[in-house]
Amino acid sequence: MFDVQEMEVNFGPQHPSTHGVLRVLLKIDGERILDAKPIIGYLHRGTEKLFEHMAYPQCIPHTDRMDYVASATNNLGFVETVEKMMGITGNIPKRAQLMRVMLSELQRISSHLLWLATHAIDLGAMTPFFYTFREREQILDFFESYCGARLTLNCMRIGGMPDDLPHGWLEDVEAFVDKFEACIDEYESLLTNNRIWKKRTIGIGVLSPEDAIDWGITGPPLRGSGVEWDLRRAQPYECYPELQFEIPIGKNGDTYDRYLVRMEEMRQSTRILKQCFPLIRATPAGDIKAKISKVIRPPEGEVYHSIESPKGELGYYIVSDGKTQNAYRCHVRPPSFVNLQALPAMAKGHLVSDLVALIGTIDIVLGEVDR
Amino acid sequence: MNKALMTYLIWPLVKFLIAFVIVQVIVAAMNWVERRLLGLFQARLGPNRVGPKGLLQIIADPIKFLLKEDIVPASAEKVAYFLGPVLPLIPAFLVFCLIPFGPPPTFTVTRVNVGLLLIIALTSTAVYGIILGGWASNNKYSLMGGLRSAAQMVSYEVPFGLSIVGVLMITGSLDLVTIVRYQEVNAWNFISQIVACFIFLVSMNAENNRTPFDLPEAESELVAGYHTEYSAMKFAFFMLGEYSMMIVNSCLIVTLFFGGWTLGMFGFGLTTEVLRGMGVFGGLLGAAIFFTKVMLFLLMYVWFRATFPRFRFDQLMDLGWKFMIPLALANIFVTGIFILAGQERLMYWIGLGTIAAAAFYLFRPKRIPAKQKVVHAS
Repeated sequence: MFDVQEMEVNFGPQHPSTHGVLRVLLKIDGERILDAKPIIGYLHRGTEKLFEHMAYPQCIPHTDRMDYVASATNNLGFVETVEKMMGITGNIPKRAQLMRVMLSELQRISSHLLWLATHAIDLGAMTPFFYTFREREQILDFFESYCGARLTLNCMRIGGMPDDLPHGWLEDVEAFVDKFEACIDEYESLLTNNRIWKKRTIGIGVLSPEDAIDWGITGPPLRGSGVEWDLRRAQPYECYPELQFEIPIGKNGDTYDRYLVRMEEMRQSTRILKQCFPLIRATPAGDIKAKISKVIRPPEGEVYHSIESPKGELGYYIVSDGKTQNAYRCHVRPPSFVNLQALPAMAKGHLVSDLVALIGTIDIVLGEVDR
Repeated sequence: MNKALMTYLIWPLVKFLIAFVIVQVIVAAMNWVERRLLGLFQARLGPNRVGPKGLLQIIADPIKFLLKEDIVPASAEKVAYFLGPVLPLIPAFLVFCLIPFGPPPTFTVTRVNVGLLLIIALTSTAVYGIILGGWASNNKYSLMGGLRSAAQMVSYEVPFGLSIVGVLMITGSLDLVTIVRYQEVNAWNFISQIVACFIFLVSMNAENNRTPFDLPEAESELVAGYHTEYSAMKFAFFMLGEYSMMIVNSCLIVTLFFGGWTLGMFGFGLTTEVLRGMGVFGGLLGAAIFFTKVMLFLLMYVWFRATFPRFRFDQLMDLGWKFMIPLALANIFVTGIFILAGQERLMYWIGLGTIAAAAFYLFRPKRIPAKQKVVHAS
């Protein structure tokens, strides 16, 4: 009787809730999604190719621009990979290691805050956005006072750190960390037990642990599905083995569990930070660089090293020919890119409104997806 | 001059124009109040650059709308595209003729003995403009916004209407003035009709496409919904229509459930008679009471907007059809039983009990947010 038509909708690249320039080609029947096809590449900058033409230290600012809301962890992954290739991982001074951990954990909190802000505003709750940005600004201020930049930090060097901590920095961060848990409670009071929030997130985009592993998903989405896999614990780097923290995991693998996992991860990050303060005060000031040659020329070979970025496993694969000062080939394994691949499977059968929730819950950064 | 002409044309017209201007001022002020209040809720300032406390923003915004280029998409259906923003304005403005802002006869434009029915009939036509606008824009997001809006407004029209039936049954009149006069000698209707009042409050939010029911213009999903393609004054007309309808609905809930211009119950307090005794001042006081109450409900809209996430479309429909409508029907049924049994006073106690229970539930000592489901594995 009626002529039922499927409608094709371009969701993005210019769309308020695709978190950048993601384009999803939707086939919808009414509001129901029949097929969702992510189309990426709008932010492709050829970062990997650029790495082949630059000396290793010159590459670090370029890693900032991949996951531009979590550049400290990008730096960390790169410098650690080069250090591993040079075999100086064990030489990094304790103080530099602790500074790296602190910056990464602050970065993890700020990245999760941004995720919470956008995820909540995607689902129509506009107030958490401003509350989270209030705290995120403070974290960015800490970055600024350490390295002068707020987003693209360029705050790590091969063999150590560029500068020692500025005067009073630790005290400021400590004051922030002390009050931050109350802030998390504040965000949670707006969302966690809110019925509409639960209705919008529970049972949406369920990923079974098997599926999540098959898709190669890492980070909070994987842990939300109940798989206990955190590279800080599974393949420890820096001084994480000395620090006490728990890995939150979800049960149902839906959007709500991923939300809870990230909220708990912020709490664990503050816990890690709290342990860092006495440790870093015990180290001698200024001892932030390992003794390495001025010219960085790793021996011939290849190495893959990965760290736990806020979004999942961030891996660098570098091939060195041992002759030049730049990489023969550098490949990045960005967590967002891999996690995004599960979007069509998660979105199928849900409504258009849920697609927004799903894009939010995967927590993609297009700079990292497209590189 | 012909006396009939004065009574039936000139005076109503003058009164309407005064009411219209007041309402337009409230619409403009509402915009500023909403943004400042949202700023308060959200740990930021809100507009504070133009004039003292940003008050001139009220004037700056319309000027901006007037000066912007009016873009009509090339593939739009021109006539319908033009009608879209204009149509919702007509019922929104007409309704103000029917609402008693203060003690009659001075502060009512017209007194119609089926006023309530007329208001519902008028307000339900507002959806045409949105559907037309969404369809005529020739944009898929606009179309989806228009369709959502159509389904939503039609669905919530039903509980909206049904919740009023309870009030009709106990007051026995469709005349808004009579309804208010009933409330000043008996209790305000929200006590005896607490369920109806709740349904009315929710459905008026849904009718106006406000958070948490703002799906038709869901920014994060449909870009801007039905008004994606509208710019300049056409967009301003949509906003004007939306805010006018907010005021209409707030006026309605005040009139139907919260005693209109009076500030008294059981014949005590500032009732119509007392206000009339005060002469012109009393009338103005009544109008002031009325608009204060309206303002409180307008602030409630803002409060909701700052607090709630957005419903999903199917959940919205479920809430409307599976919860609100049965609840409204049950309310009519129960009210009918009470009226038949002649126990209308008993409804006051039940209403007060419900309000007390709700207050007790809302202000109960808060549990520490439970760490649900997240398990610490190590």
